[in-house]
Amino acid sequence: MADVTASDVPAPLAPPRLAAALAFTARRAEGIVIPLGALVAGMAAFSVFLLLLGKSPAQFFELMWRGGFGSWFSIQNALLRATPLLLAALCVALPARLGLTVIGGEGAIVLGGVAAAAFGHALSGLPYPVVILAMGLAAMAAGGLWIGAVGALRHYRAVNETISSLLMAYIAIALMNQLVEGPLRDPASLNKPSTHPLDAAYRIGPMPGMDVHWGLAVGIVACVACWVLIDKTRWGFAARVAGGNVRAAQIQGLAVGPLIVGFCALAGALAGLAGMFEVAAVQGSANASLAAGYGYAGILVAFLARQSPLGCIPVAFLLGGIAAAGGLIQRRMGLPDATILVLQGMLFIVVLMSDTLYGRFKIFNPDRWARA
Amino acid sequence: MSHSLISRRTLLKTSAAGAAFGAAGLPFSLRPARAASATIGFIYVGPKDDYGYNQAHAEGAKVLKGMSGVTVVEEENVPESVDVQKTMESMINLDDATLVFPTSFGYFDPHMLAMCKKFPDVQFRHCGGLWHKDKHPANAGSYFGYIAMGQYLNGVVAGHATKSKKIGFVAAKPIPQVLNNVNSFLLGARSVDPSITCQVIFTGEWSLAVKEAEATNALVDQGADVITCHVDGPKVVVQTAANRGAFVCGYHASQAPLAPEKYLTGAEWNWATVYEMYAKHLLAGEPLPNFTRGGLADGFVKMSPLGPGVSDAGRKQFEATLAEIKKGGYAVIKGPLKDNKGKEIAAAGKAFPETAIELESTGFLVEGVQGSTS
Repeated sequence: MADVTASDVPAPLAPPRLAAALAFTARRAEGIVIPLGALVAGMAAFSVFLLLLGKSPAQFFELMWRGGFGSWFSIQNALLRATPLLLAALCVALPARLGLTVIGGEGAIVLGGVAAAAFGHALSGLPYPVVILAMGLAAMAAGGLWIGAVGALRHYRAVNETISSLLMAYIAIALMNQLVEGPLRDPASLNKPSTHPLDAAYRIGPMPGMDVHWGLAVGIVACVACWVLIDKTRWGFAARVAGGNVRAAQIQGLAVGPLIVGFCALAGALAGLAGMFEVAAVQGSANASLAAGYGYAGILVAFLARQSPLGCIPVAFLLGGIAAAGGLIQRRMGLPDATILVLQGMLFIVVLMSDTLYGRFKIFNPDRWARA
Repeated sequence: MSHSLISRRTLLKTSAAGAAFGAAGLPFSLRPARAASATIGFIYVGPKDDYGYNQAHAEGAKVLKGMSGVTVVEEENVPESVDVQKTMESMINLDDATLVFPTSFGYFDPHMLAMCKKFPDVQFRHCGGLWHKDKHPANAGSYFGYIAMGQYLNGVVAGHATKSKKIGFVAAKPIPQVLNNVNSFLLGARSVDPSITCQVIFTGEWSLAVKEAEATNALVDQGADVITCHVDGPKVVVQTAANRGAFVCGYHASQAPLAPEKYLTGAEWNWATVYEMYAKHLLAGEPLPNFTRGGLADGFVKMSPLGPGVSDAGRKQFEATLAEIKKGGYAVIKGPLKDNKGKEIAAAGKAFPETAIELESTGFLVEGVQGSTS
C-alpha cells in the first residue's frame, strides 16, 4: 500500500487542482454566459417583432453581420462608433460602483468638447504635445467639475444623483450653446454657430493602418485602468464597500464623501475626454453637433456590461457594430431607424432582467456542487 | 446586387487601366459615357416623416425612385458626427452610390469634405449653399433655395387673416437664414397693414418639441393669432397653434393634414426639381453643376395650396404678389427700412432682392419684430 501511495503522490493532488480550475472557470463563466444568453434571448424576442412586421429575421441578422462585423471596413466602422461610447460608459460604470446611477455624461462630453476647442484655439502656435495635453486636461477638468458637482450634491446635500446629473446635462448643453453662439463664436460660422476651428496641425489623426482615431486606444486603456482602479486598489475596494453599504463604510472609517466626489469627478473627466476627442479628431470645432447622444448611449453600454469597465469594451464594440449596421438595414430592408432602437431597448430590458438569474444556477456555484 | 455594369467609378478604373496599356483609354477616362443606371444616396438628420425639413428632402428623393435607372438608398436620423461620414462611406462601399446628398447643414464641414477627399470619383451635393470653388473640392457642391420669399407670401396671407394685428414666429436659432424668414414674414404682413407686429421666440434648438410647444402657447397667450415657424419639424407648432384656435402658416413641407381648417398656406421646399436635374445629368454622364440656387420662379420653392381660412382679398393679394415675385428681382428688404433697434438698414431707394449676397449674413430683425437676436 505504501508503495502505491508513494508512486501516486501527484494523483490525489491532480483532482483538487482540476476541481479548483473548474470552480474558478464556473465562477467566472456566470458573468459571461448569463449576459450572452440574455443577448440571444433579446435577439429572439426581436425576431418575433420582425416576424410580426413581416420582415425576415434571417436577413436582418445577416445584414447586421455584414454592416457591423463582416469585413475590415465594417469592423472599423463599428470601432469608430464604439470609440466615444467607451469613455461615456465609464462615466456611468465608475459611479455605479459606489451605488450611484449617473446618467448625465452627455453634459460632461459637450463641456469637455467646448473646453478643448477653446484651449486648442487659444494655444495655437505652441508645440503639438503641449496643445493636445492642454486640451485633454481642460476637457477633463470641465467634465470632472460637472459630474464631481453631481457627486457633491449627492453626498453633502442628498440630491438624487440620477435626476441632478440629467438636469445638469441639459444645463451643460444650454451653456455650450450660449458659449458657442456668444463669446466663443467664430464670426465666420454664420448659419451654424461654432467655435474657431482647431488648426489642422493640432488635429488627432487615425491610428496606423486604420481610419479609427486614437480615441479608441485611449478609451481601451481607460477601461483597463478603471478595472485596475476598482478591482486592484484600496480606493476601488473602499468604493465597493461604500457602494455596498454606506453606513458600514462610514463605521469602518472610510472617507465616503471624498470617495463619491472623487469617483464622480473621475467619471466626468473621462467623459470630458471623449468630448475632447470629438473636437480634436472628428469635428474640428465645438458646436451643437457635440450633443450627439453619446452620453446616453454610454448608459446602455455600462448597464449591458453590468458596470464592469472591462465589460464595456466588448459591449461598446457590439453596440458600435449594431449602429454601423443600422444604416445598411435601413437601406436594404426599408425599415425605419427606430428599428435599431427597438432592438437596443429589447436587449437592454432582457439584460436588466437577467440580473435576477445570478446565483440561481448551480452549475456556476462550486460550493453547491457537493450537495448534488 | 443592383451593381451597374458600367458605373462611373468602375468605368474610371477600367479606363485608367486601359490608359496604362496605351493611350486608347485616355479620352474616355475624362468624360464617362452614358451610365445605364446609378445609385444615389440620401442622408437625413431626422426622421423622414417629420412634416418638416427631412420630409421635404425625402419627398424629393421619392420622385427619383420613379426614374428608370435610378436606385435610391436612404438613411434617416444620422447625427452630424463620424456617423454621417461612415454612412456616406457605407453607401459608397456597400451600395455603390456614385452621388450622395447629405442634406443636413452640419454635414458639410468637416464630414462631407472628408469624404470628398477620400472618394474623388464620387459626387457629393450638399443642401445649404456653402460650397466655394476656391475653397472646396470639385466633386462637392451645394444647392439651396430662396425660401424667405415663401415666408413673405405666408406673411401676406397672415396679414389678411389676423384680427389682433399680432402674429407670431417660433424660431430655432438667430442665424441669417432664420432671421431672413422672420423679417420676410413680418414685411409680408405689413404689406397688408403696416400696424402689424410680429413676436419671435427662439427655442435655441433645431428640434426641441417641448420648447416649441411652450413658445407657441406663449405667443398665443400674448395675442398672436397667426403663427409660423422655422424649426426642423413644424408639427408641434402647427398642432399646438391650431388647438389654441390660431391660424398657422407652414414651413419646409406641407403641414395642411395636421390642421386642415387652420392651415392658411406654407413655404415649402420643392427639392424634386433639384434632385431630378442632378439625376438626369448623372444618367447622361454629364458633369453635375457644383452650385445651384433658385426660388419660387425656378421651382426650388413652392407654396402650399391656400386653405379655407384665406379670405378672397387675401387670395387676391397672394396671387398677385406671387406673380410679381416670379417675374424676378422682387425685393422684400428695401429702403427706407430700420431694424427693431432703430438703426437704418436700408436707405430710401436701396433694395436687396432674394439673390443679394448681403442677405446671407443678416444679423438684424426689422422694425416691428418683437424679439432679440442675442
